[in-house]
Amino acid sequence: MILTGNLLWVLVGAILLGIAAGLNGTFAFLQKQSLVGDAAAHAALPGIALAYLIVQQKDLPILMLGAAITSTLAVYMIQWIVSQSKLKADGAIGLVLSVFFGFGIVLITLVNQGASGNQSGLNDFIFGKAAIMAKSDLIWLSGSALLIILMCLLFFKEWKLMIFDPVFAKGIGLPVERLRILLTALTVLTIVTGIQAVGVILMAAMLIIPAAAARFWSNHLGIILVTSAFFGALSGAFGTIISSLRVGLSTGPIIVLSASSLFLLSYCFAPTRGLLSKSRKKKVVKQHKVVQEATSHE
Amino acid sequence: MNEFWVILTGSLVGITCGLTGVFLILRKTAMIADAISHTVLFGIVVAFMITQSLNGFWMLVGAAIAGILTTYLVQVLQTGGLQEDAAIGVVFTTLFALGILFITLFAGNVHLDVEHVLMGEITFVPWDTWNVFGLTMPKAVWMLLIVLLLNVLYLVFLYKEIKLSTFDPVFALSIGLPIVAMHYSYMTLVSLTTVAAFDSVGAVLVVAMLIGPAAAAYLMSKSVPGMIAWSMTIGVTAAITGYYLAKLWNTSIAGMMAAMIGVLFMLVFLLKPHDGWLWKVLKQIKLKNVNAS
Repeated sequence: MILTGNLLWVLVGAILLGIAAGLNGTFAFLQKQSLVGDAAAHAALPGIALAYLIVQQKDLPILMLGAAITSTLAVYMIQWIVSQSKLKADGAIGLVLSVFFGFGIVLITLVNQGASGNQSGLNDFIFGKAAIMAKSDLIWLSGSALLIILMCLLFFKEWKLMIFDPVFAKGIGLPVERLRILLTALTVLTIVTGIQAVGVILMAAMLIIPAAAARFWSNHLGIILVTSAFFGALSGAFGTIISSLRVGLSTGPIIVLSASSLFLLSYCFAPTRGLLSKSRKKKVVKQHKVVQEATSHE
Repeated sequence: MNEFWVILTGSLVGITCGLTGVFLILRKTAMIADAISHTVLFGIVVAFMITQSLNGFWMLVGAAIAGILTTYLVQVLQTGGLQEDAAIGVVFTTLFALGILFITLFAGNVHLDVEHVLMGEITFVPWDTWNVFGLTMPKAVWMLLIVLLLNVLYLVFLYKEIKLSTFDPVFALSIGLPIVAMHYSYMTLVSLTTVAAFDSVGAVLVVAMLIGPAAAAYLMSKSVPGMIAWSMTIGVTAAITGYYLAKLWNTSIAGMMAAMIGVLFMLVFLLKPHDGWLWKVLKQIKLKNVNAS
């Protein structure tokens, strides 16, 4: 395989995106909000279509701005519905997700029927097109991913406190509400950054899977974050390389499947929390019990 | 006549999904239904790879198996120490990615394209007909009627059991109800409903139809029968209004039906007498005025 100029850029972009999503996804995971990320990713679609309808050209930053607005709207709508009615979080998430996506499809159909016809290429946002992204878009993606990584490192301590002990955090004078908003904003930025590469549906996977896999390796937030970022980077790299080997393999699904493989490995073989070591521990306990019983009956 | 079949299909989706969705909301398993609607793609692709045909029956079987597999895998990961939301997220994105990969690898030039799966093609429903007992109706209508019948039968025979295992699982278990089997059988029913519906209206609308009307009905009514009635009514209303609005603006019918569900839910959420959001806000303002004077 030859690393041509553009492929190298795709590789860098995918790795950086993997790290950014890995870091950010961990915070969402620990707040038990993994599926909110899924909803926010689906909700990016109407924003993209709406932005296109307004400016009538495929200007990436403006499309991304539109995506960011509707994603944020979806996140707050879920919170609003849950806090103001008796509907539970899962129902609110599912409702917002499907309705926003439905609106997105309505708008995209309108765009595709417009003067510019099917040339808009907005459908790419549903499934992503990492392998054929333009270099300028990739530079934009990498820059944005770097910003997310930097922010995660900068606010690591504050978010850690906010997630695990919000009362104490408030007590020592941390602006908890503002920190929470910042974290939501960063999640939205991650989604918006990634959707062009892997698509709205699989972007959720980038946020959820590395974090879930990393959780099996440690109980320390620092180590989980590093592992999650590492898994994200690894799946980004694998996905890009494997999909470049054969024509017709789309990058998005391969990146996700690489992440899933890493998850499976972690689920089975991670020390202490993995399946294998758990069943071994159970066996040891059982043996111990048998021995105890045998000796106590004497 | 074509218009009639399209509206009938949409309404049948509304009725069937509305009925199934009620217990999804009550059992707090709405997101598993969302997961199933994504993984059904995987089941259909695998069924296609094995049988090399787009036969409706095998698709139904494949999708039902995929649905059970999803439910099972989520359960396994949860018992393996993963929190529920992450377990659902991991399972459905993985199977969905596998489904897309298989399509691009093995079924690239067949009618089975991913966009069709997501958005459906309800406008083509009237042309794909089945003739059963001398009665010619669109295939989608037949499939929906069969699944609706299954749903009704399930609720008629197991109404008490499902209600008990939903509201008081501990008591249900103590009197010997097989609550795990109830969970899986119900999820199988959800998968079957999903498949029957999404061939015509796409995965997105299925999720919207399963969750949206039932969620709105949950706010409207306090009893299960009341919820079922509201849920079906809202589903059908969304289907019919969605169809005409889509025709008016010349856009995606399935997408517009999903959007209408959102609109109807918001109406209930905001305006429902006494505990709608606007009522609460008005009450607060009134209270403030009373206090001020």
